[in-house]
Amino acid sequence: MSEDRPATGPRQRIERLGAAALDGLAATGQLAGMLGATWRGVVRGRRPPGEVANQMFVVGNKSLLFVAVTLGFIGMVMVYQSCLQLERITGDLSRIGPEFLKLLVQDFGPTITALMLATRVGAGIAAEIGSMVVTEQVDALRMSGVTPIDYLIAPRFIACVVMGAVLTVFGVAIAYLAGGLTAWSSFDLNPRLFFDPSRVGFLDLGLGLTKTLCYGMAIPVISGACGLRARGGSEGVGAATTAAVIGSSLAVIALDLVISGVGLLLVGHGR
Amino acid sequence: MTGARRAALRSPIETLGATAMQVAREAGGITLLAGRVLRCLVPPSMDGRELTRNMYRMGNRSVPIVALTAFFVGGIMVIQAGMYVRQFNATGLVGWGAGYAIFREIGPVLIALMFSGRVGSNNTAELGTMTVTEQLDGLRALAIDPIRYLIVPRVVAMMVMLFILTVVGDLVSIAGGMLFSRLLIGIDPSTFYYSLVDNLDWIDFVHGLVKSAVFGLSIALTSCYFGVSVRGGAVGVGRAVNAAVVAAAVSIMLLDFFLTFLLP
Repeated sequence: MSEDRPATGPRQRIERLGAAALDGLAATGQLAGMLGATWRGVVRGRRPPGEVANQMFVVGNKSLLFVAVTLGFIGMVMVYQSCLQLERITGDLSRIGPEFLKLLVQDFGPTITALMLATRVGAGIAAEIGSMVVTEQVDALRMSGVTPIDYLIAPRFIACVVMGAVLTVFGVAIAYLAGGLTAWSSFDLNPRLFFDPSRVGFLDLGLGLTKTLCYGMAIPVISGACGLRARGGSEGVGAATTAAVIGSSLAVIALDLVISGVGLLLVGHGR
Repeated sequence: MTGARRAALRSPIETLGATAMQVAREAGGITLLAGRVLRCLVPPSMDGRELTRNMYRMGNRSVPIVALTAFFVGGIMVIQAGMYVRQFNATGLVGWGAGYAIFREIGPVLIALMFSGRVGSNNTAELGTMTVTEQLDGLRALAIDPIRYLIVPRVVAMMVMLFILTVVGDLVSIAGGMLFSRLLIGIDPSTFYYSLVDNLDWIDFVHGLVKSAVFGLSIALTSCYFGVSVRGGAVGVGRAVNAAVVAAAVSIMLLDFFLTFLLP
């Protein structure tokens, strides 16, 4: 948050780049440790009764409208843009529906839903846990011999993994429906041509599911870590929330790149 | 938490009505704020130092995160296009497909989402902290209009800087696309480049940039609105940041939809 201009000069620039890379590596290592601790917490199962269901309600049901609105609109926009371009170049719109579903299932559905969850749920987790840290509720937990990760992060982790998958299925359905309606109303495309799932294979489903699960694990762990690191009063909570949104969105995009790359190589070897 | 449970048990119609009222109140508040900002801008008078400070903080310091996101996005687009290249053996279309998607849609939207996450939420947290520590009332007591002094420079800085960052991000993600198409599918950068230049128009690039300026305005207005309407200490600031990023994401998607239909 320091606002003074950093010293400029080739050496300082390179040093800053290196420091940023080292910070990134250290943060990744810490997050991996935290992921392990969360898994242990999930297995140990020492959490308040009913907390998982409660968190599922907060993560899932309360995000339903948000995911429906955002995914619906982006589905419409994507179909509209691709129809526009295809009409100009080939003039054949009959394949757009099946290809759109394939793209939606294996990439855009999970990723955009996860980005939306990173903004809504990730920020929520960091704000909530950060407020508990600055009001010393987390210290009180530690003093009573409870690990904050078991008690606070593990239920949110389970809720995010399960509800992330559910919301992704819901989001893909909404985006596909909205896209079909757009193609029908703006380009007179027969809905029967659009709603045709023949292009989606098991590899696409597997890729989409892998992404969903990875995003579902990454978002609560990163946001929880940011929340637990909050220091100071309201300023600290605000900074933690910001860091959570940025960290989890960036993690979603980076994971998408890695998993898609692996998927592409798998397809290459399969043929 | 029990509040959430109780809300679920209330009749759905009641919940629907409460949500509608809440959305209407927020939309109204944001519109009023937009009106006040506009009135301050008609003869454009604002604190120049505050403007450049905000531009540096919001723009220059966001370059790394935007460039990293854009680089990854370029790679993802090429991988998606690569699936079809394998199938139809159409190496000449990768640059066109990736460029079209990045310039018109994915670039502006994703960069705006990252910008909202970094700058918008930071701004809400900062204004929110000022509000709960009564610094805004302090400004008013000194006869300084907080809108003119604090909000107008931020709105202008966010609009200008998101526009510039989108230009940078588009170029970085095209470079990332070239790199990944060379590494993963073995397409020559020159093939990629000519496929992009031959098939795309300047309109496609400008289409995305107009969108990004509008996104910048909406992120600025939502984050400032939620920042100045914070109630209740540290907990309130966290909640306001959360509400601000959610509202910004919804407004980005909605505006994207309408602008896609309105712009050429």
